[in-house]
Amino acid sequence: MSDLVAVADQVVAGAQAGEQLEVYVARGQDTEVRAYDGQVESLSSATSSGVGVRVLLPDPGGEGNRLGFAWAGSLDDDVVAATVADARDNARYATPDPNVVLAEPDGVPVTEVDLWDPSLAAMPTDRKVDLALSLERQVRSADPRIRQVSSADYGDERVEVALASTAGIRSFTRRTSVFLSVSAIAGEGSDTQTGSGFSVGRAPADLDPDRAATDAVERAVRMLGSSKARSGRFTVVFDPRVVSTLLSVVSSALSGEAVVKGRSFFAGRVGEVVAAPSVTLVDDPTDPRAFGAAAYDSEGLACRRNALIDGGALQGFLYDTVSARRAGTVSTGSAVRGGFAGTPGAGCRALLLDPGTLDQVGVLAAVGEGLFVQSVTGVHSGVNAVSGDFSVGAEGLMVRDGVLAEPVREVTVASTLQRMLQSILHIGGDLQWLPGIAAGQTLAIGDMQLSGS
Amino acid sequence: MSESPLIETPVLERILGAALARGGELAEVFAEDRQSSGATLDDGRIEELASGRERGAGIRVVVGETTGFAHTAELTEPALLAAAEAAAAVARQGGGGVRTVALAERRPVGHRADVLPSSVAKPTKLDLLFRADDTARSAGAAVSQVQAGYGDSRRRVLIANSDGLLAEDDQVRTRFNVVAVATGDTGMQTGYESVARTEGWEVFDRVDVDDVARTAANRALSKLAARPAPSGEVPVVLAGGSGGILFHEACGHGLEADHIVKDASVYVGQVGQLVASPLVTLVDDGTVGGEWGNFAVDDEGRPAARNVLIDKGVLTDYMWDLLRARKEGRESSGNGRRQSYQHLPMVRMTNTFLLAGTDDPDEIVAQTPTGVYVAKLGGGQVNTATGDFVFGTTEAYLIEGGRITEPLRDANLIGNGPEVLRRIDALAHDFDMTPGTCGKDGQSVPVGCGQPTLRITGVTIGGTAA
Repeated sequence: MSDLVAVADQVVAGAQAGEQLEVYVARGQDTEVRAYDGQVESLSSATSSGVGVRVLLPDPGGEGNRLGFAWAGSLDDDVVAATVADARDNARYATPDPNVVLAEPDGVPVTEVDLWDPSLAAMPTDRKVDLALSLERQVRSADPRIRQVSSADYGDERVEVALASTAGIRSFTRRTSVFLSVSAIAGEGSDTQTGSGFSVGRAPADLDPDRAATDAVERAVRMLGSSKARSGRFTVVFDPRVVSTLLSVVSSALSGEAVVKGRSFFAGRVGEVVAAPSVTLVDDPTDPRAFGAAAYDSEGLACRRNALIDGGALQGFLYDTVSARRAGTVSTGSAVRGGFAGTPGAGCRALLLDPGTLDQVGVLAAVGEGLFVQSVTGVHSGVNAVSGDFSVGAEGLMVRDGVLAEPVREVTVASTLQRMLQSILHIGGDLQWLPGIAAGQTLAIGDMQLSGS
Repeated sequence: MSESPLIETPVLERILGAALARGGELAEVFAEDRQSSGATLDDGRIEELASGRERGAGIRVVVGETTGFAHTAELTEPALLAAAEAAAAVARQGGGGVRTVALAERRPVGHRADVLPSSVAKPTKLDLLFRADDTARSAGAAVSQVQAGYGDSRRRVLIANSDGLLAEDDQVRTRFNVVAVATGDTGMQTGYESVARTEGWEVFDRVDVDDVARTAANRALSKLAARPAPSGEVPVVLAGGSGGILFHEACGHGLEADHIVKDASVYVGQVGQLVASPLVTLVDDGTVGGEWGNFAVDDEGRPAARNVLIDKGVLTDYMWDLLRARKEGRESSGNGRRQSYQHLPMVRMTNTFLLAGTDDPDEIVAQTPTGVYVAKLGGGQVNTATGDFVFGTTEAYLIEGGRITEPLRDANLIGNGPEVLRRIDALAHDFDMTPGTCGKDGQSVPVGCGQPTLRITGVTIGGTAA
């Protein structure tokens, strides 16, 4: 076990009589190399650590618990002690609530997932630098129309987290991750287009620089000569990367917290058909292939497979301990938090839409006529996960006679999330395990409004 | 007024000397101490009171085209030395030898808050949240949920570099926001409003949280009756304030020198050229008192400045940080910023705004036969290399017969920066600013945006109505 567990145990041991306390202790080591124009533009490497403390004080009037939180970017003894004191003071002022409790061990067995690759620690910096430099070189030389590689990055991270509480929670997790990413600019005459590519994994051996380079080059080059398309209603085929983003947006409406607070368009619809019959969606962090795989959730409970939509019918929601109590149910082991500076909430880690059988070429052929979208913009400004309104900037290629045709830019595609789920026509079998909280595959959605000229 | 420095000058001088021991042109220490506190009300309850503290230093060493960077959460001399050595590892050639760095005299800068938020009792802060909850819920029976957030932070920074620069700043920021949900026959709609200032508790002497709550609630309520936004190209009138996001995206990012030097902006080689309607004078100004993107010195120790970027439609200059400016043999424009000591600085906007014109805002609407009136924008995104950008509406209406009529559901608008800037044909004499958070390359910093009411002759709106 790690020294972090000792830190966590020590903080829990310092809990005062009558109070409940939970501590989240994290340490990360990361390296980042950026290559530009054949040289190393920047090389960063550092270790950082921090602590997040939640204190629950029982209300003297018996109306439940008051929750206080504090965090600090240090594990120094006196800083940690001050953080605990801050959390305790904050708790005095919160509204008491009988549903505010710490997670207690629920007996669900832990599925161990191996997320730690020891080879990363031994990897020399020179090798990391070489990966970034050679990725840049590869993209620059891939096609004469590549005018610029604005960045080519190698990055890695080793993260360890210990969690302990007075309610008997005690967990330790660690993960390694590595990535390559590259942004290419293609040009022809006065026309300029961009494309990006990446590769992620847990170990350097997982990286596929060819894939990252080819993606960036292909995506930039095939957009050359693009123009605005005519407005109209189309079937839209989304690239797996975009689908991962779409699923992530939908997932916020599947959070039990959003449901109990009346911010989900799925509220009250369990058992109803909310999507096309081909749609089966699960959140399964115990699948080691998922980028967001984890053995424990952010309250220290075992992660587990949760069915969300089955054959188009809504199955249920994801809960952390507090939102589950508010909903009159139990945690689904779905607490997530944004590091030591965040408090837990309910959310997805590893969404998986059941793949179909067609590859991307097959989906395009099945669709016949429509728009293929390779990337979207403005997801944070044009998609409202509460109302379901959906409007994003898009670039891609028209689909004609079942194959990719002329490139299209500066258009939007719009619908509502509710209607999009019902209008799914084809789900690809070309599953990609992408970074973030969702895997993605090619997806065709009917009857979307394209806005252009 | 001033407190003891985060790191004493003799220590800084030794660290900077050590950082250059293996060679290199520039070494810099950026130290930061940040304390923050906040509270969230949701579903009628104070769900969370949080406080955070963060302290550390980032050290960079520049050798030729390469920057080495390391950081530490400890401000002791041994920890700083270790970070300096890690950052200096990029200087492989050696040949530095002992470098003596003599820093300028310390000129401490006090914070500019009248009332430090840390001196205000927690229950007083929570009262604001309860008030906002009450006010938003009483705005209409259809208001079904309210979330309100309060936050404050105090960020002390110290920057020292091997050119002898020594600068400090003490930034106090305060924010308040409300999100309301309204539920009706057509489903749910949301309304958001926020206030965020580089000021202390005195913000609430002028800002009435009831107004913030009412605005958020009314925004959600009005959209219950909203019809789908149109699609296709339409004339757009942007109300003063949040429309500044358009300029932040349409040209602000493209005028950041890091994109320029990499040939990754549509504005490369355009200085001296007409890049916008002659009505457009665009300024980036980190000195505007109290605005969200305000500071005394940037995160490289350069004093905040007012920089005219576009003057009557003509591109006058880009925005610069220290590194890109040095390469061009010029001064930084005070736009070197970073999220925290754990990040390298880069070129960032501060408060970016379009100067007011002479038209009457009501007249602009009256002289628009058909189009879309955008009362509030929510955010946006740009591809600087192509100039294509989007920005999303959170409150918009149809314009019919020169009158603002029906509310519209949220949608993104999409355009190309240089094209849209040329299509501005009316500019009002009103003006407003709005706060935002700008994300770039994984780093978030507070910024301000602003503009007067204006009209764009044609932008593509991405609604669902044909």
